[in-house]
Amino acid sequence: MDYILHFITSNIEMLYILVFAVFLGMEVISKVPTVLHTPLMSGANAISGVVVIGAIILIRSAEADSYIKLTVGMLGIALATVNVIGGFAVTDRMLHMFKKKKK
Amino acid sequence: MEKSIIDFFYLICIVLFIIGLKRLSSPDTAKKGNIIAGIGMGLAILVALFQPLEGGANNYLWIVGGLILGGVIGYIAAIRVKMTAMPEMVSLFNGLGGACSMLIATVEFYNLEPGTAMMSTEVLTIIFALFVGSIAFTGSIVAWGKLDGFLRDSLVLPAPQILNLVLLLTVIGLSAYIMYLPEINYTLVWILLIVSMVYGVTFVTPIGGGDMPVVISLLNSFTGIAAAGAGLIYGNQVMIVGGIIVGAAGTILTVLMCNAMNRSLFNVVIGGFGAAGQSSGSDREQVAKEISLSDTAIQLKYSNKVMIVPGYGLAVAQAQHTCHDLEKALEAEGVDVRYAIHPVAGRMPGHMNVLLAEADVPYPKLLELEEANEQMPSTDMVLVIGANDVVNPAAKEDQGSPIYGMPILDVELAKTVIVLKRSMRPGYAGIENPLFFGDKTKMLFGDAKDSLSKLKAEVANA
Repeated sequence: MDYILHFITSNIEMLYILVFAVFLGMEVISKVPTVLHTPLMSGANAISGVVVIGAIILIRSAEADSYIKLTVGMLGIALATVNVIGGFAVTDRMLHMFKKKKK
Repeated sequence: MEKSIIDFFYLICIVLFIIGLKRLSSPDTAKKGNIIAGIGMGLAILVALFQPLEGGANNYLWIVGGLILGGVIGYIAAIRVKMTAMPEMVSLFNGLGGACSMLIATVEFYNLEPGTAMMSTEVLTIIFALFVGSIAFTGSIVAWGKLDGFLRDSLVLPAPQILNLVLLLTVIGLSAYIMYLPEINYTLVWILLIVSMVYGVTFVTPIGGGDMPVVISLLNSFTGIAAAGAGLIYGNQVMIVGGIIVGAAGTILTVLMCNAMNRSLFNVVIGGFGAAGQSSGSDREQVAKEISLSDTAIQLKYSNKVMIVPGYGLAVAQAQHTCHDLEKALEAEGVDVRYAIHPVAGRMPGHMNVLLAEADVPYPKLLELEEANEQMPSTDMVLVIGANDVVNPAAKEDQGSPIYGMPILDVELAKTVIVLKRSMRPGYAGIENPLFFGDKTKMLFGDAKDSLSKLKAEVANA
C-alpha cells in the first residue's frame, strides 16, 4: 500500500499526462465517418511509430563497442521507420484515391 | 541544445500529432492532417537526434543507417502495394512498430544497473512495454498473414479461450515472479518474451473473416500503448503522449468499427471461437460482409454508374419514392443511375415498373433483363434492394437448386454489389443465396425505406 501511495505521489505529473492523453485521444476522433476508418487507422498507426525515438535514444546512450545493443537498436530503428514512413505514405495514397475519383 | 528548448520542440510535435489526427477524422482535411502528423514525426526524430544525453557515444552512423534502411523499405512497400492489399500492409507496418517496442524493452533489461531493485516502477514499465509490444508484433503478423491469405482462417487452435487464458495468466505470473526475485533472472525474461509472442499469435488466430479490420485497429492501439510504455522507460514525453493518444484513439476507433457492424468488441474477440467451430463442419466458410450506411453512400457517390435492382422488399417497404430521391441525389453528383428490372421481380410481372412509374422514375432508366445484363460489366455498383431470387447465382450454377435454369440478373459481373436486406433470411423460394457470401458482395441490413432515405441524406451532405 505504501508502495502504491509512494508511486502515485512521485509520478503525479506523469499520471496527469496519461489521463489527459487518454481523454484527448478519445475525443479527437470521436466523430469520424466510417469511410475514413481505414485511413485514420493507418495514420494513427504511423504515429505509433513514434517508438523510433526510443530506439534512437537507446543507440545514442550505448557505448560505441557494445555491438549487440547497437545492432538490435538499429534493427529497432529500421522496423519503426518502416512503420512511420510506410504508414504515412500508405495513408497519403489512400486519401489520394479518395479525392481523385470525385467527378 | 538547451533542455528547455528540446522540451519545447517535443511539445510542438505533440501538438502536431493531435492536430494531424483531428484533421484525419474529417474527409475534407484528412490529406493535410496526414501531412501535419508526418511533419510532427519528422521534427520529433530530429529533436531526438540532438537532445542532450548523459554518457553514450551517440553512434550516429548506426542511427542514420537504420533510418535510411527503414525509410527506403517503408516507402517502397507503401508505393508498390496494391490498393486492395492496403489492410494487410497497415497490419504489417503496425507489427513492426510493436517489434521495435519489444526490442527496446529487451535491451533495457540488460541496461538495468546491477543492484536495481526488481520491485520498481522501472522494471514494471519495461515488462509492460515488452509484453504489449510482443502481442502487437506477433498478433499483427498473424493478422497480416490471414489477410494476405498465406495463413488460413480455418487454422483452429485447440480450446483457444482456455489456451489464451492460461497464456495470459502465465505472463502475469512470470512478470510477478521476475519482480519478486531480488536480482534479475535473464532466463525468465526470455521466457516471458517468448510466452508474450506466443500469446499474440493465439490471441489473433481464432479471429477471422470480416472481423480482421477490427483486430487490426485493436492491435494498432496496442502498438500505441507499447510505444507509450517504451516512452515511460526513457521519460520521453512525445513517446508517452503520442503513444497514449494513438492507444486511446485506436481503442475508440475499434469500438466505432464494431458499432458499424452491429457487434460488440467482446463479441468480435470471443465470437471468433464460435465461427471457428462452425467452419470445421462445413467445407466452405459463409460469412456475409456487412457495410455501413456512410460507406455505401460514399461508394455510391464516387461511382460512375450505379444499377439498382429492385425486388419485392422495395414494394413491401413502400420505398419507391425514397429510392427515386436517392437516384436524383446521385444524378446530381454526376452518377449514371439505371434500374435493372427482372421479369419476375416482385410478386407479379411488371410489379417493379408500376411501382417505379408511380414514383416518377423516368421510363428510359428502366432496363429489361438482357439489356441490364449487357451493361453489368461496365457498372461500378449494384444496389440490390429487397430482391433475392432474381439475383441468385444458384440458378446458373447449382443443378440441384429449385430455381436452376431461371434467368437471373448477373449482378456479379459488376464491380461491387450491395444488398439491402432486412436479415439473412432466404427469399421467396426459400433457398440460400450464394450471392450474399460472394467476394464482391456487401450487406446493408435494415428496412429498405429507412436505409434509402439515410443513404440519400448521406449522399447529399457528404
